[in-house]
Amino acid sequence: MATLSLSGVRKQFGTTPVLHGIDLDVADGEMIVVVGASGCGKSTLLRIVAGLETASAGSVRIDGRDVTGLEPADRDIAMVFQNYALYPHMTVFENMAYGLKIRGMKLPDIRRRVDEAAQMLEIGPLLDRKPRQLSGGQRQRVAMGRAVVREPKLFLFDEPLSNLDAKLRVQMRAEIRRLQKRLGVTSLFVTHDQVEAMTLGDRLVVMHQGRAAQVASPMEVWGRPADTYVAGFIGSPAMNFLAATLLEGGGAAMLRAGPVIGFARAVSAAAAGTAVTLGIRPEHVEPAEGGLPLAIDLVEPLGSETVIHGTLPGGEVLTARLPIPASGIGATMPLRLPPEAFHVFEGASGRRLD
Amino acid sequence: MQRKTIFPQKGLPYLLLAPQLAITAVFFFWPAGQAVWYAFLRQDAFGIRTQFVGFENFADLFADPYYLQAIWTTVFFSVSVTVLSMSVALLLAALADREIRAAGLYRTLLIWPYAIAPAIAAVLWLFLFHPSIGLLGRGLNAMGVAWDYRLNDGQAMLVVILASAWKQVSYNFIFFLAGLQAIPRAVLEAAAIDGARPIRRFWTVVFPLLSPTAFFLLVVNIVYAFFDTFGIIDALTKGGPGKATETLIYRAYLDGRVNLDLGMSAAQSVVLMIMVIGLTIVQFRFIERRVHY
Ligand SMILES: Nc1ncnc2c1ncn2[C@@H]1O[C@H](COP(=O)(O)OP(=O)(O)O)[C@@H](O)[C@H]1O
Ligand SMILES: [Mg+2]
Repeated sequence: MATLSLSGVRKQFGTTPVLHGIDLDVADGEMIVVVGASGCGKSTLLRIVAGLETASAGSVRIDGRDVTGLEPADRDIAMVFQNYALYPHMTVFENMAYGLKIRGMKLPDIRRRVDEAAQMLEIGPLLDRKPRQLSGGQRQRVAMGRAVVREPKLFLFDEPLSNLDAKLRVQMRAEIRRLQKRLGVTSLFVTHDQVEAMTLGDRLVVMHQGRAAQVASPMEVWGRPADTYVAGFIGSPAMNFLAATLLEGGGAAMLRAGPVIGFARAVSAAAAGTAVTLGIRPEHVEPAEGGLPLAIDLVEPLGSETVIHGTLPGGEVLTARLPIPASGIGATMPLRLPPEAFHVFEGASGRRLD
Repeated sequence: MQRKTIFPQKGLPYLLLAPQLAITAVFFFWPAGQAVWYAFLRQDAFGIRTQFVGFENFADLFADPYYLQAIWTTVFFSVSVTVLSMSVALLLAALADREIRAAGLYRTLLIWPYAIAPAIAAVLWLFLFHPSIGLLGRGLNAMGVAWDYRLNDGQAMLVVILASAWKQVSYNFIFFLAGLQAIPRAVLEAAAIDGARPIRRFWTVVFPLLSPTAFFLLVVNIVYAFFDTFGIIDALTKGGPGKATETLIYRAYLDGRVNLDLGMSAAQSVVLMIMVIGLTIVQFRFIERRVHY
């Protein structure tokens, strides 16, 4: 159990910059999920924390100790890899015992610890098998077990669930969360899956092109996204964006289609006439008499609700998630965009304004 | 999935196989059969009279203390060559694996010795170790070491071992490097995170995963040291001084071509043939149960 603190971590491979200065403070026992599109530098960040890559600049501190220059072996961490990375020539028991043996632990103690972890992960009957005799889900558990027995200061997970089928993924997700809470080990979990991120993390780090676009709790990331990238990345279906111009006083903006949208809270940070992007989540759009007419071009019934896609009179595309069955393609539906549901972003930079 | 090609004519497959079969028959089965036949004959030195003697050649062979000595020489020589060439190759492959970007050039340079004919390789080592014209040989003598591998048994053995091992390093290197590259990076990283330092990682993870490759190379290297080092020995020491570097294959040649004792030479060839068949069986057995960890 420990804290983790990154300051100004940069990385470039040759001349290609991959991380542009990441700052992060993780509290003891906290589960941080690093989420972002593939290629944004999540794994690189995790590997720098692990000591598998060296940072080009910046420092990594675990429990207050500067470990920037230390080998992975000296950092007292455990990592679960995407493809599990079990030792193929060792049994499950040997896989889990390997790290303990290296630390010079006595065999009876090793056995006790491994048995304990195996019971917790329900892999007790598999201890004598080799990895190739296990299913994907079982390998995943063994990989978890190998991390758990070490009782490290820090757990690192690099997309550990992405090789599992959908059902198993949901199940393992819940199990990882339970295990992490129970053991109280500080964890860094990397994923590209927003549902995984929302459900697992105490806080999220949303990464975009080597930068931390936002570091906040899942609900805050969803409710007050820091920029248009985060707003569009978290939430499904993705947030709608409408181009508009800010009016005098910052309390309203005019859509390209003509109508003026008033906000619940005025935007004071920008002058009138500023180009802004208005964001509204599909689930906040309501059907209403006399609203903006949406020309529907696609209807996706999901049972309890319906997702409709269409275009507004100004030509902007809009997606709405409605709790009612909707009329078919080609029809027009009047929709209300409630002022309190709007997120206001600066048009040029995409930064949040309100 | 099993694929079976159907030929309309029964004869065509045999026709297509014929050249390969003919070559095998003419250059392998025929001389091998002849060797087996001659092993049971005894000829006088002029090749005029030939007599069937049954297993007498074999009995004489194993009663000959020089032949038993040749067996020991061969075992010592083969084990030395195998151990030396495999360990050097493994070391080089491990180094190349770490710095894989440089490996292209490195690999090309290392494969060259394999492409060199044994006699040429031997001449190269001769120019290094010859006491009066060799670079190292002269250096050693200048330093006060009495170096002359043509007179000193141990030195002669050392030189043929070095030359033979050197030639085989490149072959072993290629296989070891391929084996190393087949080990997933993440497995090594997992071991590093588990606390294993490079040396420990090598012996507990890399080496066990490499053992199928190592076993394959072990057989190949023993076969090489037994049979393919004739050229090197012939060019460097001719089995001498005395019988210090006279291996089984060299002795078979001496008896057949120099002493013109065809029966004895053929009997020795048969013994060697049995050995190589044995080694091949071991190897096939192993490859059959290809799953190893
Ligand atoms: N060893 C490396 N050498 C060069 N470029 C690399 C290396 N590792 C990663 N990259 C590059 O860095 C970027 C981020 O990679 P990565 O951290 O693996 O992304 P993610 O895990 O978010 O998908 C990618 O563009 C990738 O091509
Ligand atoms: Mg990744």
